Amino acid sequence: METILKIRNLTVEVEGKAILRNLDLDIAKNQNLILFGPNGSGKSTLIGAIMGFENYKVTSGTIEFSGKNIIGLTPDQRARLGIGVMFQHPPKIRGIQLKQFIELLSDKSNNSKEKDSLVETLNLSYLLDRDLNVDLSGGEIKRSELFQVLVQRPKLLLLDEPESGVDLENIALMGKALNSYLKRHKLSALIISHTGYILEYIKTKYACVMLEGKVCCHDNPTKIFSEIKSVGYERCKDCRCRSGIKK
Amino acid sequence: MTKKINHNFNQEDQDKIKKTGLDFSQKTRSASFIQQDNDILFNKSLLDGIEIEPIEAALNKYPQIKEKYYGKAFKELNKEYPKETVGGYFIRIKKGKKVEFPIQSCLFLKNKKFKQKVHNIIVAEEGAQAHIITGCASAKAAEEAYHLGISEFFVEKNAYLNFTMIHRWEKDIEVKPMSVAIVSQGGSFVSNYICLNPVRDIKMYPTAVLAKDCKATFSSLMVAYPNCIQDIGSRVIFKEPGASAEIISRAVSLGGEVIARGDLDSKAAGIKAHLECRGLIVTETGKIHAIPELKTKYRDVDMSHEAAIGKISKDEINYLRARGIPKEEAQSLIIRGFVDVNILALPEELRKEVDKLADQTLESGL
Repeated sequence: METILKIRNLTVEVEGKAILRNLDLDIAKNQNLILFGPNGSGKSTLIGAIMGFENYKVTSGTIEFSGKNIIGLTPDQRARLGIGVMFQHPPKIRGIQLKQFIELLSDKSNNSKEKDSLVETLNLSYLLDRDLNVDLSGGEIKRSELFQVLVQRPKLLLLDEPESGVDLENIALMGKALNSYLKRHKLSALIISHTGYILEYIKTKYACVMLEGKVCCHDNPTKIFSEIKSVGYERCKDCRCRSGIKK
Repeated sequence: MTKKINHNFNQEDQDKIKKTGLDFSQKTRSASFIQQDNDILFNKSLLDGIEIEPIEAALNKYPQIKEKYYGKAFKELNKEYPKETVGGYFIRIKKGKKVEFPIQSCLFLKNKKFKQKVHNIIVAEEGAQAHIITGCASAKAAEEAYHLGISEFFVEKNAYLNFTMIHRWEKDIEVKPMSVAIVSQGGSFVSNYICLNPVRDIKMYPTAVLAKDCKATFSSLMVAYPNCIQDIGSRVIFKEPGASAEIISRAVSLGGEVIARGDLDSKAAGIKAHLECRGLIVTETGKIHAIPELKTKYRDVDMSHEAAIGKISKDEINYLRARGIPKEEAQSLIIRGFVDVNILALPEELRKEVDKLADQTLESGL
């Protein structure tokens, strides 16, 4: 299978502390990978490192996107290559309306038709005149985030806890829109999930667990999630880390 | 009859003046006044019920203006003002007249080291409603020139006056506007101030004096470039109960100094007032000093203020870059967003115009 993202031996420091340690990860084209892991295991750091944000210092290893090592590229260069990220806690940006911002993003990827249908599917028309992430509810933020990242037309989507702080109704709305978009455009996605709710909508056979800065297990998402639900990550750590990576 | 303004401005000056909001075609304006240095180049009203005259001509024509208005706003505050002025305008919106298209004026500095000192009087008579957009600008050649603009506003009973001032100076110009607005019972005064270009030194503290049930709003958008000082404030004095006011400002330092003052002074009970000042420091050398003041000796008042100064956060830059926007562009976008024309109290058409002017100015300035 052709890989879109290939990470090898990646060590990443944040403020001088190693958060990811010799991490390996592959995502194939048209594959959706769910990433589980307890708080502080390094999931968001992984996304930050893939995007190349300033405070994530790569001290060793490679990140290849579509066969090209992207370490050293700026976040905007990576985004323009086709990596899109949905933020868990996006900052408020005053004075820039969602509508204006989407126009700006659409210019770059030229997909004005799809925009209107996303506005409708994600129920965003009443938010278009609002400033980016200012005074929005949890669900509104996520819907706006998903809208922005899809308008970018990425080849690889990085979704950092798309269901956190969102009610079930909004999870359903987003999950459906996301699933149909991923299928239609044959995209790849790395989806960090805490609650597992997203599994109802994103049909995938691939999931992995991250513990202490390493990916320690690959398996079917439903299987992993039911185990996490019943015994937490402790057993996961014991049984899987020692048995090596199972694919 | 051609409505177009005849003028001798060269292309460069004309472009500059347009960017202060002057519509040379007058299609979207109801009256116009243009003064260059000490010369009145144009004044015309296109509507009955609006008078627009050079101040000296108006004082000669109507002796009662001198008695009723000239210097009277400053007298109300027991404040002295420079008397040796040349030019300026007299604008009167007659009783009950409601004007849709804005009245426009332009005060232009053309010559090197020229000292322009004008005295303006603006009267909105009882029940009148009008918008004024005034642009003050200088030619490139007007090095080290000086502009002093004295303005007295009289918003009479139940009248509404919305005054928008756009400044577009050069980096070595010194500017000193002095304004006082006297607002009579039930009247509303709105002042919008925009200065997004370099200016060496600008100092202004426009004041509104409110009677019973009056309303005042002062909004300012300021960008200070290196070696520029903008000491800009707004003051509202509440003389009688039932009045309300709001002062809002957005100040950006790109290396210059901004002193953002705001003073709400309640000399009566039953007052509602709010002051909001936000500052954004972009460079290491910039400086913003916010001085919000609330004063009263009455218990029955509702007065509040909020002030916040910060820099552009890494998170905001990362966020925009992750959407494919390069770093420099992301920074400009955040500054442009911060200089939010929506905080100004403007009708839709004028807001769009000012928004476009801000786009043009900040595109080249950032």
